[in-house]
Amino acid sequence: MNEGSAIWTENLVKRFGSVKALGGLNLSVKAGSIFALLGRNGAGKTTAIRTLATLIRPDEGRALVCGLDVVRQAAEVRRRIGLTGQFSAVDGALSGRENLVMFGRLYGLPGRRAKARASELIERFGLAAAASRPAKTYSGGMRRRLDLAAALLASPQVLFLDEPTTGLDPASRTQLWEDVRQLAAQGTTVVLTTQYLEEADRLADRIAFLDAGRIVAEGSPAELKAAFGNERMDVTVGADGDLDEAARALGRFALGDVAVDREARRISLNIAGAEAVVSSVMRALDGAGVPVSRFTMHSPTLDEVFLSLTKRTEPAARSSLDVVEFPADRKEVG
Amino acid sequence: MAQSGSSALPSIRNGRLRALTDTWVLTKRQLVRIPRVPELIAFATFQPLSFLLLFRYVFGGAIDTGGPSYVNYMMAGILVQTAVIGASATCTGMAEDMLGNLAERLRSLPCWRPAFLLGRVAADTVRNLIVTLFLLGAGWLIGFRPACSLEEGVAAVALILLIGFAFSWVGMAMGLASRSVEAAQSMGMAWVFPLTFLSSAFVPTATMPYWLRLFADHQPMTWLIDAERKLLLDQPALSSLWPAVAVCVLILLVFIPLSVFLYERNSSSSAARL
Repeated sequence: MNEGSAIWTENLVKRFGSVKALGGLNLSVKAGSIFALLGRNGAGKTTAIRTLATLIRPDEGRALVCGLDVVRQAAEVRRRIGLTGQFSAVDGALSGRENLVMFGRLYGLPGRRAKARASELIERFGLAAAASRPAKTYSGGMRRRLDLAAALLASPQVLFLDEPTTGLDPASRTQLWEDVRQLAAQGTTVVLTTQYLEEADRLADRIAFLDAGRIVAEGSPAELKAAFGNERMDVTVGADGDLDEAARALGRFALGDVAVDREARRISLNIAGAEAVVSSVMRALDGAGVPVSRFTMHSPTLDEVFLSLTKRTEPAARSSLDVVEFPADRKEVG
Repeated sequence: MAQSGSSALPSIRNGRLRALTDTWVLTKRQLVRIPRVPELIAFATFQPLSFLLLFRYVFGGAIDTGGPSYVNYMMAGILVQTAVIGASATCTGMAEDMLGNLAERLRSLPCWRPAFLLGRVAADTVRNLIVTLFLLGAGWLIGFRPACSLEEGVAAVALILLIGFAFSWVGMAMGLASRSVEAAQSMGMAWVFPLTFLSSAFVPTATMPYWLRLFADHQPMTWLIDAERKLLLDQPALSSLWPAVAVCVLILLVFIPLSVFLYERNSSSSAARL
């Protein structure tokens, strides 16, 4: 396996009956980075996490976490990972502190160490006021933080977060993002799945799009947006300008069709890249004598990447699909 | 890379000690529920308590035990039935745990895996002890007077705990096999009442028609109840004790491995949260 990978898988396959949840997954996650798995429901994200966290055995292929085989060295892997699943996994009848001490002891920490570690994490995640209340009385955000604290008890080298912010309010979500960033900065490798593309965009160093349990595109957020999303340009033409003239002048910069909204006097088009064309566009409009009253650029979003990828991977198109990958060391363009 | 930072790793201590600690930690998890979720004990005592009163004051007068007073006769039946019904609590609790997310987290921890199962039955045994002592006290108030020696009394309570322990594993396997908590609830109960009523629990089997008696005399519940009764009433018990113990051991030999198998199978094949 390659040096510096906290996680490495080769042709990982997992079937549930006739459903292939993982269809030959090849992953390599750099130690200390934040890696996001995206994809439609059922694309295999959770199965991938559960396999890496030693909860299910793959049918084929190999997976290494911290260089250890998840099947043959499962016990060793478990000492080095923390897992937070999609749903809160604490005992509601126990208090927050009791939960943490219990999980700490099950990680193998001696009693006193487990207690000290629980107190540290309670402080750090702002749960001190609620620490002795039963966990079932916690709000969604508090329960998520308790979950995360439980995953961090043994200072794991690799942290798995399966949809960590689903159902959280925006403030709790931002707080959790901050926590995750801090962990990665301290050297923890974080692998997360999410339904929120913004979350992946804001957090992840690299993103892999899964479909049918394998990667269909991988790269940094900027790389993916550059490859699969388009930048859009909106030009609003002044009251005395000729819309058709303007549309004609813009036509040669457009990828695809030029849309003309006569009522708003707005012309919209997709362009290849802002740096390359903006000044030429201005000159062309000037040359055509079209007055411009408003000019806006829209950066591509991961939503566009997601939509474009899911469209490409609809069953009919799937056979001809090639895996798109960017080398990890390529410089970010955003 | 693999071993970097291993000094900070949680230690895996001596294997056997680790098994004990993990079992204790997970037993404690269940024990703190006993005072915090009083419904658990309340549910476990309400049914036998109402049976105790119902049979003592409503049906009992019409039943001739051919020897001991009716309240003395039926106490063994109530105690064994209650210990057996305890299996349904194990069953429901286990199904809840497995269908919830806690089990998932526990499986991702470097702990001794059977501790999760053992912790539950250990705590259930403590609950059985509390309920048994409570019922003995309640029985005393309505006229139950055991005729046994102290040793026999201790043996009688120990037998109830052994029965409860054995049937906890039956409930455990059922809970692990159920696909929903509701299914676990009905599965945990459905077989208990027919099996305990068609036995010597509440009436001497000699009063039953021949064909029914044939079943009642030769089913394990009767063996368990007869052994318990003989201990409580100071009748020669040794010859009836060994079938009762044998039944429990047999149940343990089948249902402990079955539970462990079902637990491990659940771990590796559930696609529920795909």
